Amino acid sequence: MSQLSLLVAKDVSKRFGGVQALADVSFHINHGEIYGLIGPNGAGKTSLFNVLTGIYAPDDGSFLFDGEPLDRVPPNEVAKRGIARTFQNIRLFQNLSALENVMIGRHVRTRAGVFGAIFRGKATRAEEAAIERRAYELLHYVGVASRANDLARHLAYGDQRRLEIARALATEPKLLALDEPAAGMNATETQGLKRLLDDIRRDGTTILLIEHDMKLVMSVCDRVLVLDYGRKIAEGTAAAVQNDPKVIAAYLGGEVKLELKPT
Amino acid sequence: MSARAPHNSIPPKVWGGVALIAIALAILPFVAAFFGQAWVRILNFSMIYIMLALGLNIVVGFAGLLDLGYIAFYAVGAYMYALLASPHFDIHLPFWVILPLGAGLACIFGVLLGAPTLKLRGDYLAIVTLGFGEIIRIFLNNLNAPINITNGPQGVNLIDPFRIGSFSFARAEVIEGIYFSGPQKYYYVLLLLTIGVIVVNLRLQNSRLGRAWEAIREDEVAAKAMGINTRNVKLLAFAMGASFGGIAGAIFSATQEFVSPESFGLFESVIVLCMIVLGGMGNIPGVIMGAVMLTVFPEFLRSTMGPLQNAIFGRVLLDAETVRLLVFGIALVAVMLYRPAGLWPSAVRKRELEVARAPEAAE
Repeated sequence: MSQLSLLVAKDVSKRFGGVQALADVSFHINHGEIYGLIGPNGAGKTSLFNVLTGIYAPDDGSFLFDGEPLDRVPPNEVAKRGIARTFQNIRLFQNLSALENVMIGRHVRTRAGVFGAIFRGKATRAEEAAIERRAYELLHYVGVASRANDLARHLAYGDQRRLEIARALATEPKLLALDEPAAGMNATETQGLKRLLDDIRRDGTTILLIEHDMKLVMSVCDRVLVLDYGRKIAEGTAAAVQNDPKVIAAYLGGEVKLELKPT
Repeated sequence: MSARAPHNSIPPKVWGGVALIAIALAILPFVAAFFGQAWVRILNFSMIYIMLALGLNIVVGFAGLLDLGYIAFYAVGAYMYALLASPHFDIHLPFWVILPLGAGLACIFGVLLGAPTLKLRGDYLAIVTLGFGEIIRIFLNNLNAPINITNGPQGVNLIDPFRIGSFSFARAEVIEGIYFSGPQKYYYVLLLLTIGVIVVNLRLQNSRLGRAWEAIREDEVAAKAMGINTRNVKLLAFAMGASFGGIAGAIFSATQEFVSPESFGLFESVIVLCMIVLGGMGNIPGVIMGAVMLTVFPEFLRSTMGPLQNAIFGRVLLDAETVRLLVFGIALVAVMLYRPAGLWPSAVRKRELEVARAPEAAE
């Protein structure tokens, strides 16, 4: 399994005070797939992201990423190992240009330090040029190249989401973790996003996708994990999950849920 | 890969501008001396403050870490020179030996301050750094017993002036038929150092490290998630900022030939911070302008407020010193109200790589 799986999560738990945000969640993500993560609001999706990317330490359980344990690894090290993420509430570097945002994403794959910066030797200049070139390519890849020199905060909402993806891709991730990339997008923009996700997968990056837009999840994800109150309630292909009564109860049908829940 | 045309060649217009500025800077001390040697000293001070402000700008403007104790590093550099080039210990090392030592020691102090404050931000960080600045000053004030290291509140006197070989920069003399006063000679030393500091700052800002600083300022969580080791990068900001403070301190010590703890109070930290905020936080030309204005403007008021009152009222109603501070305060408030981002805020840095080339590269 570990040969196939890029990420294996085993019994991951996280508690915030009285709230059990995650309870023994186990799953695995295969190389090259788009893995969906869905669940009602407060189900623990973003908590799972934060635990995975080292922002929080899990209370229990472990992650195995690309064959290596990911325990107590700080966020910057997680990025270095090859997991890049976006944020539910966009967290761009607002007062820097779109291009600079992506250039910062190259930080972890480049080396120049203080002396490189001050003396600006041949190697540093070459590296700088390569960073800038790659950043332009990525802006083009996600389709916001025309806004390269605009401040990130001046970009349209959908473009900001795309820029965040470009910035994440700049770190050369093996796993790209997207937290509700379609939130606030209209139907056309969501279609564009779907094409982008397909492109990214085709170019060899595995994707972990949190999304509320069911149409997008069902059309783009190979497999889907459903969380509810921090617990895994279903996993499988989009079609299978869609018809799972537990999922319908927790996620889609409020009335059914009320009837099923014992007082 | 298509061959790239070298568009590094600088147009003659720019060279012309540079030449004009160079000539202006070269004759500036003589113009100032026309109004009195005091104005040459003020010019020199404004360059020391440019160095200080640019150093603090790394910490506050780039990395977004509010530091109210920055003057401590200035003090470290100043005392380093004072103790290693004065009769106090009877050590007389040359300036160029002490300068890196002073910068290095300030750098170490920067890391010492940075390390315990890594998790603090905003007001909390400000309070801790404020305490740090005071600790250094109080140490300097009291380290005269049991062993006399700093000579306490009396300060260190008779510090060696800056000299190259037997050429002293403190003494007035006639060179090639032109009269140079001490401050005028120092002006050129300071100008060289200041240009060096400016160049280093510009290069730092436009580097991988500079971008990492700005990323931390904008959003620390996102910076971390992008793989930036925020701990190291913040420590580097403190260290680099501090070492510029140390350099400014060493040259301050050499030009004044006297240092005492009084020169390194909280007010100095606040003034340097004001220079950054007023000029335009994070923008190097803005910070330079802020430093020059806040050094020259109060002096200008000092010399004009008395005569002005005489001209209007026929006598001096208010002590010139009082009016000076009043006007200065009002001017600061006005600038902050009408230009909250500073007089010269940073603009988007445009990058000139042709967008047209990107599509073929994206394939």
